[in-house]
Amino acid sequence: MSPLGGMRFQIEPRLEQSRAIRTLAPLIAVVLTVLVGAVMFAALGVDPLAALASFFLHPVDTLPELGDIGVKAAPLMLCALGLAVGFRGNVWNIGAEGQLIVGALAGGGVALAFHGATGWYILPLMVAAAFAGGAAWAAIPAFLRTRFHANEILTSLMLTYVAAQLLGFLVHGPWRSPDAFNFPVSRDFGDDARLPYLTDTTELHLGVLFAVIAVPLMWVLTQRSYAGFQVQVAGLAPRAADYAGFKSSRIVWIGMLSGGALAGLAGLGEVAGPIGKLQDQISPGYGFAAIIVAFLGRLHPVGIFFASLLMALLYLGGGTAQIEMQIPPAVTGVFQGMLLFFLLGADLFVGYRIRRVGRVAA
Amino acid sequence: MLRPTALLAAAAAIAFATTGQAADPLKIGFVYVSPIGSAGWTYQHDVARKHIEKVYGDKIKTSYVEKVPEGADAERVIRQLATSGHKLIFTTSFGYMDPTIKVAKRFPKVHFEHATGYKRSKNVATYIARFYEGRYLAGIVAGKMTKSNVAGYVAAFPIPEVVRGINAFVRGMRSVNPKATVRVIWVSSWYDPGKEREAAEALIGQGADVLMQHTDSTAVVQAAESKGVYAIGYHSDMSKFGPKAHLTASTHDWRGYYEARVKMALAGTWKSGAIWGGIKEGMVKMAPFNMAVTDDVKKAVSDATEAIRNGKLHPFAGPVKDQDGKVRIPAGKTMSDKDLSSMSWYVEGVDGKLPKK
Repeated sequence: MSPLGGMRFQIEPRLEQSRAIRTLAPLIAVVLTVLVGAVMFAALGVDPLAALASFFLHPVDTLPELGDIGVKAAPLMLCALGLAVGFRGNVWNIGAEGQLIVGALAGGGVALAFHGATGWYILPLMVAAAFAGGAAWAAIPAFLRTRFHANEILTSLMLTYVAAQLLGFLVHGPWRSPDAFNFPVSRDFGDDARLPYLTDTTELHLGVLFAVIAVPLMWVLTQRSYAGFQVQVAGLAPRAADYAGFKSSRIVWIGMLSGGALAGLAGLGEVAGPIGKLQDQISPGYGFAAIIVAFLGRLHPVGIFFASLLMALLYLGGGTAQIEMQIPPAVTGVFQGMLLFFLLGADLFVGYRIRRVGRVAA
Repeated sequence: MLRPTALLAAAAAIAFATTGQAADPLKIGFVYVSPIGSAGWTYQHDVARKHIEKVYGDKIKTSYVEKVPEGADAERVIRQLATSGHKLIFTTSFGYMDPTIKVAKRFPKVHFEHATGYKRSKNVATYIARFYEGRYLAGIVAGKMTKSNVAGYVAAFPIPEVVRGINAFVRGMRSVNPKATVRVIWVSSWYDPGKEREAAEALIGQGADVLMQHTDSTAVVQAAESKGVYAIGYHSDMSKFGPKAHLTASTHDWRGYYEARVKMALAGTWKSGAIWGGIKEGMVKMAPFNMAVTDDVKKAVSDATEAIRNGKLHPFAGPVKDQDGKVRIPAGKTMSDKDLSSMSWYVEGVDGKLPKK
């Protein structure tokens, strides 16, 4: 006999889903995360209110700090916007991190090739190269999936590690700066190969603007274009898509290439923005965190815009909480995990309900 | 007419707050690349942070940020420390070099201390220890204790600091045991217990009976313990992770340096500079010896320590031959600090090739 006295429960789909609750679910998840976070802080022996303020308010209470949120959110936003296209069509690109690295390598390679040169054309070339580099890295799993039915989750993930090795090889080897005492860094990019700052008082750079512009563009692509419609149908009703004559390989290519190209652009934003050169560490896992961002944003560009800002706040809050309250950095990861957990949990109750179906015969 | 009063009160409050600040403690910030943990690179810096807190009490207030990635985040965290009133900031990883220089430009009144870098400015000093002196001493222990005449070395990246450490270790070994050689496995990571352990086991499989490491975790010492060979710890005393295996460790001690720099900052006499301190300055120390280490080994190490301290012994005093037998430093000459800081070749006695560009 079960602890529930032999009562049986069943999870069954709701016949009618509330649209309002569906939109509110991410907010509910955020509220639950904050509440449980407060309990966690109390358990750690710190004042929960002060800790929450340090985590969520202090990182954004000045203008330069707001700029930092934008800088941190931009790579997450770009990666998540691209990934969402594929996720909508059941194309599971898990390798945005690797596509980000190859985009940074391609764009950075252009910067290094034009070392010492000046000209307005360098930056656009770098952007184009980063786009192409990220897309090319995503094209490998797309090809393997469409040609050999290889699972793109595995191939795209594994290619991330290949990309990291490629980056290591280049900065330890052929692209290593001759002036850096054999340390694994490339030469510094020239001024014309750097993304300019948008304002004098913040760290916001042109790459952040790319991310913001990508939001409406991706909205048009996913919500208003024929390609977006095909992906949508393929995701919601694969057989209907077949009947309609939408080619499933086309869906895979659209999904993978958008994810790869935007991740590549995100990589360029890092190396041509704050970092200013190639080195053996470029991204602290933006490509993976972007998966959470995409789902938190409901795979919708506007949702992703806000979700990436929230995620950036979590990262920065982890820093201020350490400086001000000596709260361990693992808290950031715990918050991210809780957020996803509560979101998935909330989603279950949006689409399903739990019903008691009576007692089991003894 | 409440408003002007309120304004006045606010102004007074602000005025009081600013006068109060003059007596406030000196805020000191630390940026760490990895978690503090219970041994390793960051742990040693944190030991020194706690030390200065003890020494200066309420004259200072320290804060730290752990696990700061060496990308775009470093600059933001360093800037955050500077804007939140920290007047002395220690950035303790090589990858923080450019971000430190950049933030320092914006905060000319804040003093910065960057560990292991080579770029300095008026308010950015650099410091690093002559880790290779400790490596040389570790080599003496390994050379005396090995039976197979093969030592194994788990290394992170082929940058000069690591190559220099390997070379000093080999030279220490061969100063007491000319037949000894070293095998190196590169794991391409500063901290990866899984890979470090695999590398350690591979080296043991190739006949190494003493292991040395230039990585951050305690996995190598633990692997040695479970396979019944010796290991020499690095960064910290790692004896509790291998009570039988751990012969000694080459450790860093930043306490003296941090204490001195804080004193200068408090007195207003802080100046930029490049410190490269070793055994003489107390930055490099050997951990207590294992029971298995015999008295003649201890004596050889203490003699060499003394000789390094008073300048009679330099681990890279000529003749220094490279792997191909070519004399790089002739007898009577000693390798310069400049050549030491860009070392990119193996000395005689290293088995295997240095990963090439």
